[in-house]
Amino acid sequence: MSWLTKTLTSSIGKKLLMALTGLFLCTFLIVHLIGNLQLFKNDGGYAFNNYAVFMTTFPLIKIVSYVNYALILFHAFWGLYITYKNRQARPVGYAVVKNSSNVFSRNMAVLGTILLVYLAVHMSDFWYKYHNEALPYVKYTEQISSGNIETTMMETGYTQEAKKVESLNEAAGTKTIIVKDLYSVVSFSFQNILLVLFYVLSMFAVAFHMFHGFQSAFQTLGWSHPKYTPLIKGIGVWVFAVLIPIGYAAMPLYFYFLK
Amino acid sequence: MTINLKVWKQKNAKTSGSLETYKVDHVSPDMSFLEMFDVLNEKLVQENKEPIAFDHDCREGICGMCSMYINGQPHGPLEGVTTCQLHMRTFNDGDTIVVEPWRSKAFPVIKDLVVDRSAFDRIIASGGYVSVNTGNAQDANSLPIGKDKADMAFAAAACIGCGACVAACKNASAMLFVSAKVSQLALLPQGQPERESRALNMVAQMDAEGFGACTNTGACAAECPKEISLENIARLNREFLGASISSTGV
Repeated sequence: MSWLTKTLTSSIGKKLLMALTGLFLCTFLIVHLIGNLQLFKNDGGYAFNNYAVFMTTFPLIKIVSYVNYALILFHAFWGLYITYKNRQARPVGYAVVKNSSNVFSRNMAVLGTILLVYLAVHMSDFWYKYHNEALPYVKYTEQISSGNIETTMMETGYTQEAKKVESLNEAAGTKTIIVKDLYSVVSFSFQNILLVLFYVLSMFAVAFHMFHGFQSAFQTLGWSHPKYTPLIKGIGVWVFAVLIPIGYAAMPLYFYFLK
Repeated sequence: MTINLKVWKQKNAKTSGSLETYKVDHVSPDMSFLEMFDVLNEKLVQENKEPIAFDHDCREGICGMCSMYINGQPHGPLEGVTTCQLHMRTFNDGDTIVVEPWRSKAFPVIKDLVVDRSAFDRIIASGGYVSVNTGNAQDANSLPIGKDKADMAFAAAACIGCGACVAACKNASAMLFVSAKVSQLALLPQGQPERESRALNMVAQMDAEGFGACTNTGACAAECPKEISLENIARLNREFLGASISSTGV
C-alpha cells in the first residue's frame, strides 16, 4: 500500500477527506446563496434567468458544478461508510447512556441523510426540469436608452435550440432576449405549501449539520489555536448555521407569501 | 443509605452477559463507590455467591485501573473524578444505579465489569516512548523548555490511560488517549527524534485494534477524569498528517 493510500484510509485520513470535501461544500453554500439572491429581484426573473443560463453554459462553471455534484455524493457516501465502520467499534451497546456531547455532533449521518434526500428532491425540482423538460420561455425587451425591461411570456409550445437567444433591433433601439423561464418554475413550485415546508425544514438540517460540521472540519485538519478557534466556531454558528440557512429558507417563504 | 444496583454480570469473554439486580444496605455516604462494591462482594461471598469482578488498584485516582460505566457515564456523574474517588454522598438513599463495563470492540469483557485494555498497551509499545541510549543522564537544565510548552505537555501527560474516552465516545474512538500520549512527547525536546514515526505508528496501531474514528463530538474530553483537552486531538491530527506528508518512508 502506498503511503498516500495508507494515510487516506487511516481513521484520521478518512476524516481528512470528510473535512476537505465538507469545506468545499461550504464554499458552494455561499456561492449558491449569493447567486440565488437574484430571485428576490423584482424584475420578472430577468437577472435570475440570465444567471441560470450563465451557470449552465459557461464551461468553467460547468466543470466546477460537476466536481461539486461528485463531491456531494462522495461526502455523503464516505460519511455513511465511516458511520458504519464506527458503529462496528461498539458491537455491544450500553443499557444507559447519558450524553455529554451535543445532539447535532452525534447525528451528523442522520442530518446528512436528510440533506441527501433534500438534494435529490431539489435537483429533480429545478435542475432536472431545466435540463430535460419543456420549460416555458420568456421574452425580455430592453429599451437600450432607458434600460426599461418589458417582460412577455412566450406562447405555450414555443421552443428554441439554445437556452438563450439574443437579438438587437437597432432601429427600435431595443435588445430582445428569449430564455428558458426557470424563475416562473421556481415561483410556481413554491406555491405548494408542502414543498415550502419541506424546504424550510431541510434548512434546519443544514443549520444543524453546519453547527457541528464547520468547526469540526478545522479540528480534523488540526487547525486548533486559542486565538483563531473561537473565530472559526463563531463563523460556523453565525454564518453557516444561522445566516445561510435563513437566506435559503427565505426563498420558498418569499414566493409562497409574497408572490 | 440503601442503594439498588443493576450490575453487568458476564461469566467470560465467550458468554453473553446481562444486568443483575443487587440491594446494598448500610452504605455510608463517605464510602467510595468501590468500597460500596467491596461491602457488596463480602456479603455475596458470605452467602456463597459469586462476587462481582471489577478492576481497581491505587484507589487514589492516579492509576487508571477503575473502569465502571455508572448511570450512563464513565466514572460516574462527577467531572474530573475516577470511580475510586467518587463517593456515595453523590447519590441519594434508595437510588438505583446501573453499572456497566467499558463497551468497545477493542476492549473485550474478561468478566463482569473487567475489560481487557491491553490494546492501549500495544499502542504505547508502538511508539509512546522515547528511546534513550545508555550513558549518564545529562543535566536537566541543558534542555531549555518554555513554561507554556512544559505546561501543555504536563497536562497531556496527566492521562492515566483508563479508557473513559473510549467508553464515552459514540464511536468507541481512542483518539483522546492516543493524542495525549503523542502530545506529551511531541511538545518536548526529548520527543523530537521519534516524532514522526511515533505519530504514524501509534495511529496505525490504534486503527488495527478496532477503535472507531473521531467525529469531534467532544464526549471524551467531557468525561475524562484527568480533563485532557480536545486540543490534543487537533495536535494528533497535525502530527499524523504532517508526518504522513514529510516522513521519508514511502
